[in-house]
Amino acid sequence: MKRLDTSEIIFKILAYVLVTLFALATLYPFIYTISASISSKNAMDAGAVVFWPVEPDFLAIKAFFDEPAQGVRLWRSYTNTLFYTFFGTIFSMGVSIFAGYALSKSKLLFKRQIAFFIIFTMWFSAGLMPTYYNYQALLVTNRWGIIYGFGVQAFNIILLRNYFQGISQEIEEAAIVDGANELQLLTSVYIPMSKSAIATVTLFYALSRWNGYFWNRILVANANEHPLQVILRSIVSESGDSETGFDYPYSLRSLAYAAIVLSVIPIIIIYPYLQKYFARGVNVGGVKE
Amino acid sequence: MNLANEQSIISYKELEALREEAIFREMEESKLHRYWLTIKRQWPIFVMLIPVLVFFLLFRYRPILELIIGFKSFDANITNNTFESPWIGFYALRELMFGTKEYTVLFWRAFRNTFTISMYGLLFGFPIPIILALLFSEIKSDGFRSITQILTYLPKFISTVVITSLLFLMLRPGQADANIQPGIINGLLVWMGAVPNETNLLGNPAYFRSIFILSDIWEGAGYGSIVYFAAIMAISPTSYEAAKIDGANKLDQIRYVTLPGMAPTLTIMLILRIGGILSVGYEKIILMTENEVHWVLDSADVLSTFILRLGNVYGSSAGLSVPPDLVRAFSTSADLFNSFIAMFLVLGANFISRRVSDTSLF
Repeated sequence: MKRLDTSEIIFKILAYVLVTLFALATLYPFIYTISASISSKNAMDAGAVVFWPVEPDFLAIKAFFDEPAQGVRLWRSYTNTLFYTFFGTIFSMGVSIFAGYALSKSKLLFKRQIAFFIIFTMWFSAGLMPTYYNYQALLVTNRWGIIYGFGVQAFNIILLRNYFQGISQEIEEAAIVDGANELQLLTSVYIPMSKSAIATVTLFYALSRWNGYFWNRILVANANEHPLQVILRSIVSESGDSETGFDYPYSLRSLAYAAIVLSVIPIIIIYPYLQKYFARGVNVGGVKE
Repeated sequence: MNLANEQSIISYKELEALREEAIFREMEESKLHRYWLTIKRQWPIFVMLIPVLVFFLLFRYRPILELIIGFKSFDANITNNTFESPWIGFYALRELMFGTKEYTVLFWRAFRNTFTISMYGLLFGFPIPIILALLFSEIKSDGFRSITQILTYLPKFISTVVITSLLFLMLRPGQADANIQPGIINGLLVWMGAVPNETNLLGNPAYFRSIFILSDIWEGAGYGSIVYFAAIMAISPTSYEAAKIDGANKLDQIRYVTLPGMAPTLTIMLILRIGGILSVGYEKIILMTENEVHWVLDSADVLSTFILRLGNVYGSSAGLSVPPDLVRAFSTSADLFNSFIAMFLVLGANFISRRVSDTSLF
């Protein structure tokens, strides 16, 4: 053990204290949300829930499973979000992997021009309104429009390209000698060797699909096609209405917290397993030309 | 006879030029031919590029064409085709910037608000991830460090809707007469005596920016620290040893070893941040203000949310009184103004940084 001088010891203690405080501050809203979603109406009305659940009866959570009035739109939007996330991620990944692979080829004709064509969009975009008018003009106003009109990011393509470029040429040549064509090369050499980069990009895409709100809301007119985030928003806003004349066995606020819990559960469950990929994406994605 | 005469009229110089041209054309043709051969050989790769090129053309480049609507009047009853609409030149932009109507006032209010929110964001939001990374680097217990790091990244993966919902629920004012408890954070602030009872924090222009920036920090500081943490970890431990031998205490070490070591990362992140000064996101602000009285827009309305209201896309455009056929021209002009200044800011920050520190983005 090296000797630490006083200033280093003070700094170390400060680091532990502040980091702990910051982590607790991050955690607290989540714990409170869970507690508020399962506590009883009495406890909520009395303001007794501060940290841990008080008289937990799970009635607000149950409402989404038992009462059609609450459940139907939430689960329909849940199904929609699963649809958007599943097909949207497949679409985005398909396009991005092909693009990243093609751009990783050192002998590709017009390689610089094509790369510039894609990277340019990272620095200049037409802006909100032209984008909106463009989506309208191209009729991106339904379920499938949301799938194919969104979710191909230049950043992710470059991330994949950089990773593919790092794969050794000798392996590729060996596969070519064995008679592999480009598609086989991609599916049996490049993709298996880039699992972590592909996992990172898949997670980015899936997450942005799962959390997508704004464009869905302004472009898709049919409420039956709205995703979870849009419905969650309405449930929470409605809980802000006056609670007088409301005689359900749970607090309206618990209902809002319960909807939040149900919408976040999938992310919280996968997060501990996948967080390393999220963190990695930040450092891998440097644009190198 | 005639022919021979004409031929003899062509001078030697012209003949030379003709020949050069022929050679050049031949070369061009062989170049094209070579391209064609390469494409034929690489065709599977080009097929793979088709989806991405189509996507970017349709959804990233075609909107750039739509920008011309900023200089045209648009009436859906006459024509739905942007390109056939009549030109109005810079009328919309001029009117918006120097006009005398309500929208000019609101445009400059949005401009000021965007700038103010970004500046506060830069002042408080920029250093905190750096400080957090410094603190993380000081924690040598791997278990404790990974757990706290993983925890602090988490909010970045939660949707804006959930975060603004939490703000809405936790900052709700109570109603004593209706026996409604305030939201948990609002209750805490009242209990501490920081705000008067029954204050609607979210609906109050005086509190909006603080709430916005604090929640941004809560949401993004952990995730933002990753980049800096990686930069700090890349600094060789021997540099610290050397500094210690020279009698440096912890603050000196940070100042003379850590900060210079992470300078390139700091510069790049600062450029990105400055480049984004005029692009305060609309989603969070809309979600935070939508359920509140219009009054809060006094400090909350930024360019992007103003543009959306101007374009009648989202929220009430009441009080803007833009002629219906100029709605598109006005909103797109405001957008163009925004993009133009944003690009200028990125280029400017990049230029200064290249001059000062040899680090630049492009």
